[in-house]
Amino acid sequence: MLAQILASLVDGILLGFVYGLAAMGLSLIWGVMRVINLSHGAIMALGMFGIYLAFTHLGLNPYLALLLLAPVSLLFGFLLYGVAVHRIINAPHLSSLLATFAVDMMVIGIGTAVFTTSLYNVDFSLGTVRAGVLALPGTRLAAAAAAVLITAGLYLFLYRTRPGKAIRAVANNRAAAALMGIPPAQTLALSFGIGTLLAALAGGLITTFFPFTILSGSGYQSKSFVICVLGGLGNPLGALLGGLILGAMEGLIPIVLPVSWVPVLEFTLFVLILLIRPSGLLGART
Amino acid sequence: MKRVPIALTLLLMAALLVGCARPTPTPPPPKPTETPTVAAPPTEVPTPTPVVKKVVIGFTASQTGKLNVESTRQINGLTLWMEQVNAAGGLKLADGTIVLFEAKFYDDESNKDRVQELYTRLINEDKADFLISPYSSGLADAAAVIAEQYGKIMITTGAASDSTYKKGYTLVYQTYTPASRYLTGAFDLLAALDPTVKKVAIIHENDKFSTDVCDVAKAYGEGKGYEIVLYEGYDSGTADFAPFINKIPAGTEAIMGGGHFADGSTFARQLHEKGVPVKFIALLVAPPEPKFAELGDAALGIIGPSQWEPQAKYSPEAAQAAGLEWYGPTVEEFVSAYKAKFNEDPSYHSAGGYAAGLILQKAIEAAGSLDTEKVKAALDGMGIMTFYGAIKFDTSAEAHGLQIAHEMVYIQWQKDAAGNLVKQVVWPAEAQSAQPLYPLSR
Repeated sequence: MLAQILASLVDGILLGFVYGLAAMGLSLIWGVMRVINLSHGAIMALGMFGIYLAFTHLGLNPYLALLLLAPVSLLFGFLLYGVAVHRIINAPHLSSLLATFAVDMMVIGIGTAVFTTSLYNVDFSLGTVRAGVLALPGTRLAAAAAAVLITAGLYLFLYRTRPGKAIRAVANNRAAAALMGIPPAQTLALSFGIGTLLAALAGGLITTFFPFTILSGSGYQSKSFVICVLGGLGNPLGALLGGLILGAMEGLIPIVLPVSWVPVLEFTLFVLILLIRPSGLLGART
Repeated sequence: MKRVPIALTLLLMAALLVGCARPTPTPPPPKPTETPTVAAPPTEVPTPTPVVKKVVIGFTASQTGKLNVESTRQINGLTLWMEQVNAAGGLKLADGTIVLFEAKFYDDESNKDRVQELYTRLINEDKADFLISPYSSGLADAAAVIAEQYGKIMITTGAASDSTYKKGYTLVYQTYTPASRYLTGAFDLLAALDPTVKKVAIIHENDKFSTDVCDVAKAYGEGKGYEIVLYEGYDSGTADFAPFINKIPAGTEAIMGGGHFADGSTFARQLHEKGVPVKFIALLVAPPEPKFAELGDAALGIIGPSQWEPQAKYSPEAAQAAGLEWYGPTVEEFVSAYKAKFNEDPSYHSAGGYAAGLILQKAIEAAGSLDTEKVKAALDGMGIMTFYGAIKFDTSAEAHGLQIAHEMVYIQWQKDAAGNLVKQVVWPAEAQSAQPLYPLSR
């Protein structure tokens, strides 16, 4: 029993790192721009197919392909911001919800036309690391490591660089930041670009261990909402922590309850956190 | 700021436009997709001119949603059948009438509610004469209610659950071997391979079909003296199987279960990644799919029950030996026609789709009429062998329409001399194309 708990916990936490990374992009955009990005899941799915195409058609190692995916998704984020978000950034929340929902529909619609809703699979393996009762697939370890690296990179960017500080300033008070000479449009575009990049990278990492379809992103998107609320908005460490908690829950709950209870408990936690601690565990603001 | 409302309106319109293109729970009724019939009336018209009747075959296809892969192959098979019959000048009845077939179908989005709505529409508005079921037991079960209510004959394919045929329906006929016999052969195979194995874990999808199969398999296994050390269901759409794999008790020697393609292939992959040390793995539905080979080494050694395989040895000679009438193309003819048209090997879903059409064709031919009662009588009395295997229906009141003659084959992914993954038939013994790979090296 103890062995099962340990194995499940470790599996859950490894997955939690990737959940955290997926939520980070949503958290950043939500925290900085006050935009709930409903195209987050669709962008993750695009990231998945990006890696799939690079792996199957160009023969690239998936992790190398991630390096290629990063700038492409950043640019795609800028494009999305310019086309769909910039004009409604000051409009009521419903406008940004509609705009990003429209992007989601377009991406999924085009994706379904091109890839159908068939299951795709990146046949890539890094072997399995064994330690006692644990059997850890290399791809999941690598994904967790990549998630930690990306989080650290994002943290350093936000807290140690000028553009990063500008993003935090805009998140804190957009008008005051503009008065201090921080160009809001560029900063917001950068936030949206980084959010998109994070979503695409998380999607890309997921392909190394889970099969996927063009519709796969939506499940991760709803998990990301829970994680954002759990961890607090705008803080990469909060998102990572939220992801780990969610991952651990997914690992441990099925030991004692049928797996159908996992989402019930996850969303119960979601509501509880909203009621008790709306700023989240590591929320950037109260 | 004036531009904001304009931009909003545009975005809203874009959202609405895209919304129409994307499957949503309540889209406007789609236009039926019509397969052009290859009307080939004889050029040298003899007198009197034969009466040409067009028969509408109604069905839904899961063009989107989780059943997309299997359903597409099934529809491919059905389409091929229809094209071949029409291209050959249609089906000639005893009274000289020529029957041409026409397909009307909609995308059911792999959704049960849509199925009932669409079959009602197929019957009432598109005036379908006969129905073919959607893919999967759940969807076919939903469609069967409608067929029976409106008095239309439905040939089900891709639907193996036994329970649909135990509800007192009289117009629903099953092409597949029933679910109750899906995994029982895996226990027989295991017993033949290694009588010392006793501990089996069954992990299955929580849907109707997989649960039916595994309930029966569990009882069958226990009856044969196996100990079912874990019996657990997972939700459809599960991507992470680690919680289930971690639950498998130490000392488990064989794993059975699975569900459909998406979850089954994911499960197989994660069993491999986790290096679960079992000797035997048999999963439902996913292994016989050619796409399963994309799993690479994770596919090696996995066994799966299949309704049909291209290696199957059904032939006019086998039919004669079994005392059955042979009907339709040979296995080779079907395989080469399918390959030529779709540029891939047919799976059992494809064969099932074709066979459903063939059964209907034979019944109409035997009845010499399009009348529902007469075709039903022909179906009740049917006893044929086709490229897909033997076909005969239960006619008792308790299980009317249940398939009783067709048999499963069990395939296993093995490596050929060049190291490529190939499917081999490993059970039943008389159908074996290769020795089973046993035990698994994990």
